[in-house]
Amino acid sequence: MSNLQKDLQRMQKQVTRGTMNRREFLSRASAMGLMAAAPLLYNEAAQAAPKKGGVYRVGLPAANTGDTLDSGLNSDHYMITMNQGAVKNAMVEVDAKGQAVPELAETLEPSADAKTWVAKLRQGVEFHSGKTLDADDVIASIAWHSREGSTSAANAVAKSMGNIRKDGPNTVIFELESGNADFPYLLSDYHILIGPADSSGNIDWDAGDGTGAYSIKSFEPGVGTHLIRNPNYWKEGRGHFDECRLIAINDAAARMNAMATGQVDAIARTDLKTVGMLKKKPGVEILQVAGTKHFTYPMDVRQEKFGDNNVRMALKLGINRQTFVDTVLRGYGSLGNDHPISVSQNYCATEIPQRQYDPDKARWHLLQSGYGGLDVEIHASDAAFSGAVDATTLYAESAKAAGINIKVTRASADGYWSNTWMKVPWSASYWSGRPTADWMFTIGYKAGGNWSETFWDNARFEELLVMGRAELDEAKRRDIYVEMQTILHNEGGTVIPCFANNVDARSDKLAHGDLAGNFELDGCRSCERWWFA
Amino acid sequence: MNSQLWGMIIKRLGFGLLTLFAISLLITVGMEFLAGDVCTEMLGQMAHPDTVAACRAELNLDRPVHMRYAEWVWNLLHGDMGVSLANRREVSELISRRIGNTLFLAGMSALISVPLAIGLGVLAALYRNTAFDRVISITTLSTISVPEFFVAYILMAILAVNFQVFPAISNVDNFMGFFERVKVSALPVLTLTLVVVAHMMRMTRASIVNLLASPYIEMAKLKGIRPARIIIWHALPNAWAPIIQVVILNLAWLVVGVVIVEVVFVYPGLGYLMVDSVLFRDMPMVRGTAMVFATTYVLLNLLADILSIIANPRLRHRK
Repeated sequence: MSNLQKDLQRMQKQVTRGTMNRREFLSRASAMGLMAAAPLLYNEAAQAAPKKGGVYRVGLPAANTGDTLDSGLNSDHYMITMNQGAVKNAMVEVDAKGQAVPELAETLEPSADAKTWVAKLRQGVEFHSGKTLDADDVIASIAWHSREGSTSAANAVAKSMGNIRKDGPNTVIFELESGNADFPYLLSDYHILIGPADSSGNIDWDAGDGTGAYSIKSFEPGVGTHLIRNPNYWKEGRGHFDECRLIAINDAAARMNAMATGQVDAIARTDLKTVGMLKKKPGVEILQVAGTKHFTYPMDVRQEKFGDNNVRMALKLGINRQTFVDTVLRGYGSLGNDHPISVSQNYCATEIPQRQYDPDKARWHLLQSGYGGLDVEIHASDAAFSGAVDATTLYAESAKAAGINIKVTRASADGYWSNTWMKVPWSASYWSGRPTADWMFTIGYKAGGNWSETFWDNARFEELLVMGRAELDEAKRRDIYVEMQTILHNEGGTVIPCFANNVDARSDKLAHGDLAGNFELDGCRSCERWWFA
Repeated sequence: MNSQLWGMIIKRLGFGLLTLFAISLLITVGMEFLAGDVCTEMLGQMAHPDTVAACRAELNLDRPVHMRYAEWVWNLLHGDMGVSLANRREVSELISRRIGNTLFLAGMSALISVPLAIGLGVLAALYRNTAFDRVISITTLSTISVPEFFVAYILMAILAVNFQVFPAISNVDNFMGFFERVKVSALPVLTLTLVVVAHMMRMTRASIVNLLASPYIEMAKLKGIRPARIIIWHALPNAWAPIIQVVILNLAWLVVGVVIVEVVFVYPGLGYLMVDSVLFRDMPMVRGTAMVFATTYVLLNLLADILSIIANPRLRHRK
């Protein structure tokens, strides 16, 4: 590329970001000898440019009257959108490609063993209240989650950040107990947001103060939130709307109707049963992004039957994954391969052949196990995932051809996670996924973990987990994670039939860049990232 | 009004208090049967035993249920409804914010449905056993036989999606003017109207038709008075007692029975608040909303009895 082209592209980018105006662009382009083409080139860039203004109304699920501004207690879409996506910032942000990029931290550098991480804070960042961000705010914010007696859902994550100390007002040093190459991702946790600390190191979360693109004008838990743009927002090219109204619409049908009738500009989590009808409405765009969410059937491998890998293999081969994607997900998803890493993630072991429905091979495994025919019971509830009971019945049908008799027991959706899941030998479950392979393996598969659904304990897997965490060499790391996925694929206790895409809808008046897949609606950041075209 | 009436009112109020007490007990016991508590529900699938324990300790949930209940009763007698376990806001404040919305919805529905039902009932009695009577009966009975969420979705499909007359969701807020508020809540009002009209209309018709066989009506007929005048001037005054009973029962339902309609239309009323609170096992909130509902029911029932006594000279001047 010639220098001229490079300069031109850089200038166009500046226009797109809004840092160069028309007059300046035209005079510079003319100076480069592009007198005639200059206005055209400017328009090209300006049309793609985010525009400020407008009131963004978005219909969001999973709101409750009991919601609080304490992000440690936030667990679902509505509050993540508000707290992480609009009002506050974390130290690190996950971008549309799934990469951890610094947010309130300007740089984040590891030591050679990935045990010590030094975060330099962005200077001059102000909270809505006018306070300037410093290292004390960061330390107090993380301590809120790691302190003794914390009720935060990020308690374990915050504790794993080890000893945290400041080095001057703008530097925070994390001293971990063991190396973690994925440490930046921990700082992107949607619970661990930065609030303003007072002189004694306390933070009043209820005040709702943050460094984010919007400040809270009114917040009525379970009903709606009214946000207005933070005129001093530090992040360039973000936070375009004058106002955002987050409307709590928990009922899926009501959400679809609100979108269809134009009462809202976007909705998260469309109802897959009626998304085909919504698609036909003029002015409505359906957004589909491959994410990390997946459905699982974890077996308790301590049980006699499930302890036998031949039984586990038979059950993995006895499920028709394609019908799962076609019927339960209505095509909005992809096949699972009995490991929890999605194709949208780094280190996904795409080289492992896709496991297919094969009743004959399943029957062969059953013969090897000594169980001629197999009778097993599975508990399912729509609390696990929408349509889980029907889907599991479908599974039972396809397994019959392999001589496996699955009895589907419908469990109560109320209290499913406390009474059924991980309490019965085999049940339906789901994971929203984690941004990194290490995090996913640690939380869902590490021996003795609180949420290790299958109570699995594999020496090689444990060894690789520790090796992978501290490995800073990309290629070596990939080899480790591929081996771990292969072990899960061949020996793990979890049947993973499919990965579900995030399916949202928006008005065609809205514009945005590449969509993130870590949560619905651009990683819960549509308020910050989108604009009216 | 005589002393007998006052005696009855005082007696009924006493029973009302007992009823409220019984309901609060039932709710408490019922909630105990539900799986999980506010801590496990708030923390969800990722609840860690340590965090749950910390949360329980912080909210004093480790004390036995009867202790917590006794404390709640004691505070309530002192006018304190407690704070929400989930977000520590005052229960009375959350309820007072929502109750206006619920009363608005019930009031609008009553304003339309009561005159409509009584008018249709009178007309049906006047033209009894004609095609008109049958059409009205069949229509109103069909709307009452269909569950209200279904009526709601049908209305939404027709009036919000196909013909965009009214908005599909009714998220009213305090910044709305009166007319905007009426427009936004049109569909839930319409749904409630359709559901309650039949009951009141049938009762009006039946009480009037009942009276039409009495000798004094025969007499009026023989004097040559027009049927419409007979019904409005001679039959209706004597039919008021049962009509009032049914109308007030329906008014009570409009306040306390709107849970599903509120959820379907995302209408921020008390019913919605209660559903949310049950989902989070937020005991003080559930008990608070239940008390408001129960009190409404008890008071309206009392009002129905008083009004029917006043409307009926025979009950008023008991020998």
